[in-house]
Amino acid sequence: MQYFEYVKYIIDGYILGPVTFFFLSVVGLAFMFVFRSWWTKGSVALTVLIGSTIFTFLSMSDPDFAAIVKKPDNIPIIIMLGSIGFCLWIAFRKMVINDQLIEKGLPTLEEQEVRKRVFCWPDLVYAEFLMLLLVTIFLLWWAIVIKAPLEEPAAASKTPNPSKAPWYFLGLQEMLVYYDPWLAGVIFPGMIVNGLMALPYFDLNPKGNGYYTFKERPFAIVTFLFGFIILWVLLILLGTFLRGPNWSFFGMYEYWDVHKLEALTNVNLSELFWNHLLEKPLPTNILLREAPGFILVIGYMAALPPLLANTIFRKIYVQIGFWRFNIMINLFLMMAALPIKMLLRWVFNLKYIVGIPEWFFNI
Amino acid sequence: MSLWNWITETQVWRSIFRHKYPDNPRDQSLAVLSNVFLHLHPIKVKKSGVRMSFTWCMGGITFFLFLVETITGILLMFYYRPTVEWAFNDIKALRELAPLGIMRELHRWGAHLMVITVWLHMLRVFLTGSYKPPREFNWNVGVILLVLTLLLSFTGYLLPWDQLAVWAITVGTNMARATPFLGHEGPGASLLALGDVQIVTAGSDVRFALLSGTLVGPAALLRFYVLHCIAIPLAAGLLMAIHFWRVRKDGGISGPL
Repeated sequence: MQYFEYVKYIIDGYILGPVTFFFLSVVGLAFMFVFRSWWTKGSVALTVLIGSTIFTFLSMSDPDFAAIVKKPDNIPIIIMLGSIGFCLWIAFRKMVINDQLIEKGLPTLEEQEVRKRVFCWPDLVYAEFLMLLLVTIFLLWWAIVIKAPLEEPAAASKTPNPSKAPWYFLGLQEMLVYYDPWLAGVIFPGMIVNGLMALPYFDLNPKGNGYYTFKERPFAIVTFLFGFIILWVLLILLGTFLRGPNWSFFGMYEYWDVHKLEALTNVNLSELFWNHLLEKPLPTNILLREAPGFILVIGYMAALPPLLANTIFRKIYVQIGFWRFNIMINLFLMMAALPIKMLLRWVFNLKYIVGIPEWFFNI
Repeated sequence: MSLWNWITETQVWRSIFRHKYPDNPRDQSLAVLSNVFLHLHPIKVKKSGVRMSFTWCMGGITFFLFLVETITGILLMFYYRPTVEWAFNDIKALRELAPLGIMRELHRWGAHLMVITVWLHMLRVFLTGSYKPPREFNWNVGVILLVLTLLLSFTGYLLPWDQLAVWAITVGTNMARATPFLGHEGPGASLLALGDVQIVTAGSDVRFALLSGTLVGPAALLRFYVLHCIAIPLAAGLLMAIHFWRVRKDGGISGPL
């Protein structure tokens, strides 16, 4: 046990922070893609499962960690992590097997059975009934063991610190660190829904329809899983377990001290450009003041798409055509805008690229 | 004659089930065809479509949890009054006075579970490319259903009227005031003015419409209650009917036609 104290010390003191959390997540996801045929092996996956279970149990001995994880409304997040991990393992395993079959020119696991039809009674209805029973038992057990939370009666004058949205929106709340509410709370969520709905109309790759495969649609899968795993699920994790009072960052085993202060020395792009680069005062004209930011943002959304269409996305552009490509690339750039702003914040302490608080228009 | 045989020979039994025990192709077909609930299914499906390792059963579990939420929700409605005076006390009484009371737990944990299973269902549909033709439209219906699931959970979160509920909803709905043009703290809202009179103010913006007030108060509680118990479930029910029907019309859960 005392060795675990060292582990805790190293994790909180040297590893965990918003920056390292994000980078380790990205590295982890890249690892999942590159070494998929290794980690999907039963023995490796079992080792990971046992390892992470032991780690969680050891961590539960820490009172500060346990206090957050044991909150009734945070338990679903643990269930989500476990079930997403398990489902991804099944999916990647099938991807690896199918990709090998495709390489040999053989039909995939699903295609081998596509001609084979079974009666719904009993093959399907029994499976459904069994699942129904299992879910019922699990839900009853959960409901008996853990009481639904009920805090003090609502009081409009007593603001809790931190105030958090329901857990499934905490990824969006974490985005507020980097973007203003009109983007993080309105435009980006709208874009996620729109992007999901538009997806079948610009992904014209006919392959991978009805079977698991990675090699036949790597761009689609990498992009989607980056969005889902990193920008949605892991940001929820960050927002729930690692953000405490005043939305300050706290380590896994750190006490949530209300008085923990984080130095805020963020600067706007306009200040960097006019004050630091040109060594002039800020222009009084708002549009002139924010001109560098506007040029960057317009360049990013308008000039980058044709550039990408002629270079790295040339194949996709030729395949799906002008309009579909523009819709896809705009959604893609919107999604990429979050990690880009994160990087800019961490490297340059950048607050706003375009900062016009006078009009509530900050990017 | 065994008891089973006797029961299945009675007129009552035969008036309900118009086929023999389904252990042969004819009765297996009839079992599905002649049952209003089971006839959602075709008589036969692709073998890959019934494999748990392929579907993870997540769509089915999501639907089942919707039914659980409906039933437990109706039971909770007997005990709950959506007013500031009573809401918290009713939940407290439910916890302290109702014998064997786990209805609220079932409802809350089922709701959380439903959010998780609907995400996993989307993940499975994406990874098997099941949104590809001919299922583009049904994927869209599914995306709306996913959003409705989140909204159902979000509107329900307010109803206990404790600190947890009110502040989570406050944080969530505060976003709406930053909506471009439609929120009073959103970019472009100040452009919408008639002379000196602002059209979009704290008392007329999209957040006001959502909460029926400028803060999470009595009107918001009633509004969320009606949305949670009637409006969104109705919309979700309608879309689910379309969703399931289209699965069959589009040739099963995945794969080209």
